[in-house]
Amino acid sequence: MTIVYGTVMLLLVAAFVAAPLLRNESGPVGADPAVADLETRKEMRYREIREVELDHAAGKISDEDFRTQDAELKAEAVEILDQLDQLKQRPADETA
Amino acid sequence: MIVIEIGFARDDFAFNIVAQHSSTTTPAFYKLTAMWSSQEGSLLLWAWVLSIASSLALRATRKTLREIVPYATAVMMGIAVFFIGLMLFAGNVDPFMKSNPVPAEGVGLQPLLRHWAMMIHPPMLYSGYVSFTIPFAFAIGALITRSADSTWIRATRRFTLIAWTFLGFGLLLGSYWSYEELGWGGYWAWDPVENAAIMPWLMGTAFLHSVMVQEKRGMLRVWNVALIVTTFSLALLGTFLVRSGVLQSIHAFGDSTVGPYILGLIAIVVIGSTLLIISRLDDLRSERRIESFASREAIFLLNNLLLVALTAVIFWGTFFPLISELFTGDKASLAAPWFDTYTAPVAVGLVLFTGIGPLLVWKRMGWKNAKKTFTAPIVVSLIAGLAVLLLTDAGSEPLAFAIFLFGIFTLVALSTELWRGAIARRRLSGESLPVAAVSLVSRNRRRYGGYIVHAGIAFLLIGIAASSSFQTKEDITLKPGESATVGAYNLTYKRPTVDVTNERISFGADLLVSRDGGKPVLLNPSRNYFRPNGEPSGPIASYFDGEATSEIGLQSGLRRDFWTAVQPNMTKMNRTVARADAGFRRCIRGAPGTPPACGAVGKMMRAAAADPSIRPVALDQIQQLQVATIRKVADGYLTEDSAATFRVLVNPMVTWMWIGALIAISGAMIALWPTARGRRARAVATRAAKVKAGKPMPGSPAGGESGS
Repeated sequence: MTIVYGTVMLLLVAAFVAAPLLRNESGPVGADPAVADLETRKEMRYREIREVELDHAAGKISDEDFRTQDAELKAEAVEILDQLDQLKQRPADETA
Repeated sequence: MIVIEIGFARDDFAFNIVAQHSSTTTPAFYKLTAMWSSQEGSLLLWAWVLSIASSLALRATRKTLREIVPYATAVMMGIAVFFIGLMLFAGNVDPFMKSNPVPAEGVGLQPLLRHWAMMIHPPMLYSGYVSFTIPFAFAIGALITRSADSTWIRATRRFTLIAWTFLGFGLLLGSYWSYEELGWGGYWAWDPVENAAIMPWLMGTAFLHSVMVQEKRGMLRVWNVALIVTTFSLALLGTFLVRSGVLQSIHAFGDSTVGPYILGLIAIVVIGSTLLIISRLDDLRSERRIESFASREAIFLLNNLLLVALTAVIFWGTFFPLISELFTGDKASLAAPWFDTYTAPVAVGLVLFTGIGPLLVWKRMGWKNAKKTFTAPIVVSLIAGLAVLLLTDAGSEPLAFAIFLFGIFTLVALSTELWRGAIARRRLSGESLPVAAVSLVSRNRRRYGGYIVHAGIAFLLIGIAASSSFQTKEDITLKPGESATVGAYNLTYKRPTVDVTNERISFGADLLVSRDGGKPVLLNPSRNYFRPNGEPSGPIASYFDGEATSEIGLQSGLRRDFWTAVQPNMTKMNRTVARADAGFRRCIRGAPGTPPACGAVGKMMRAAAADPSIRPVALDQIQQLQVATIRKVADGYLTEDSAATFRVLVNPMVTWMWIGALIAISGAMIALWPTARGRRARAVATRAAKVKAGKPMPGSPAGGESGS
């Protein structure tokens, strides 16, 4: 019985540990690698934008610093989105 | 792995590994875990875990990092080939080696390892060591392909965190085993193998922090690759120290011949990686510089320097015997007080930064915001520190008091951080405060999971400071019926106890312990004497030829632990055993005056010598006779009125160390766990549309996960 319990415990621990690793954090599955990398960078920028918003709302960042950082991050996000658009349009252009 | 495990479960002694490390009498739990008590089993575990981790890493990056992955795969497979090659070609470390002849009974598991924590501790440590291969391999891949950005860091972040968590859990289990099993009352002895495990953990901690600086600010690129190379090299060094026997260690059971090969691998990793980093220095230039010392990146850098300094101190102390032998010819070891002298001040700095880091923001924090953020934690911790100073004797140990003070500061800082975050979220999302607090943590798992880890580390360091600086320790010798006092505790040695099995004899004590005249608690410490491994029978004295282990008496509490181990006085017992052995030999010979049964056993032995097929029956009869004899001998201990020596320790707040470690592990699990992909994807899509449309970002952190 101990062996059964041990095996079940082992499988549960293995499933728990492996679950986060089986999620693809590096980009959407099926995407072109370059697109996937940009998607990852885009998500990163969004996270940073939200974090700066939260820190500002919590009183940890001054209004002036918030405006500067927020603008910088959003500009970077837009630049990534533009690059993404270009990459996504490329196959259509190439086909035409 | 599965084949060997089945071999252990079925007592298949045709496998040499099973015959040498298990027996039919080994409990099932220990049978399943006995594999990694062996050298060859550990190597198999290394290769097995590495194969799984590599497969998971390749799956996670199957659609990305196309340039890096082939090189990373080559590194991971290279390491795997090395360990598989060791098993195949290094001699006597093949886990599938056959026994010849196949024994009827196995040697059994090392007595010291018969503890639940010690059975889980090695796979945890090894999983930690092995998982650091993944970020190392991807770092090498990124260097080769000149991919200097932080893509490889993001792709392997979870592996790094898993490695750190496993290694930390392994260290925790090892400490708990030491506290419960080794009979000296401590949880950390600065043993070389312990040090070898904590060094990669410390460097992994530094790496986990510094990669955030690269992700957020594009800085510390050289530092990060150097850190992961060092972390992985130290992980290999840990395996080398357990397996080489070059340093005196309580883990001497790990000695073998594969050490030089592992040392060769470490040399290749260190030299190769260093040359690669040097050749890529131009690609690794930082994008930005630190703008202000009042920023999170500045504190992370300071914390990194402290962690590296701490690792350097431990490295020097660990290898000092080899260094001294090189220069003087003598192996001079550095004892625990040397380590304490140099590591305690660094620990004080670390616990302070554990609190400061989460309060700061990236880039810079203005004076007004800093005042607003830091005032409450500073004021509350100063008031609490003053109370500790006035109400306890903590002031007598300045370093311990500093850790208490900064530990309290950290806990208050983290609480205020959660409070402010929840208030901000409530304002932005309109949720109730409890819902806002839960949402804040669940949607920002990396950030708040990290804060929970920090809280756990603060508790852990407070527990270490209290239990090591304010410990009461006394050795007391008592006869049955006598009492003694240790601090506020009263001890009464009520009676001796004895327990005999075929493998061991155990001499213990019923000890009544009460505090401040309160209700007494019965503790049963004992000393277990094992026959040498694989000794099926022998003289009664052979029970004392093997290893001895301690079963401690422990009364745990949140404020303090009462810990005791017993050392029975064996003088009379040894004389009795010698007489019994002489009588047993006479009995076997069928000497005049011995019972008729003795003669029968003697005849059986002589017949077994001539006919091996009846040996098992003969051995069984002799064992039964011996156990009956040793029981009689042992029963004599109950009436001989011998004194026993009790080591008594009162360890304040040691439980907080274990609680802190478990809090830290749970925080790491929270940080590790991803948010639901669907929710994140929806949030990302919505935000993408709004940013592209030129609309202001909604000032809500409610959308998804944020990293810290």
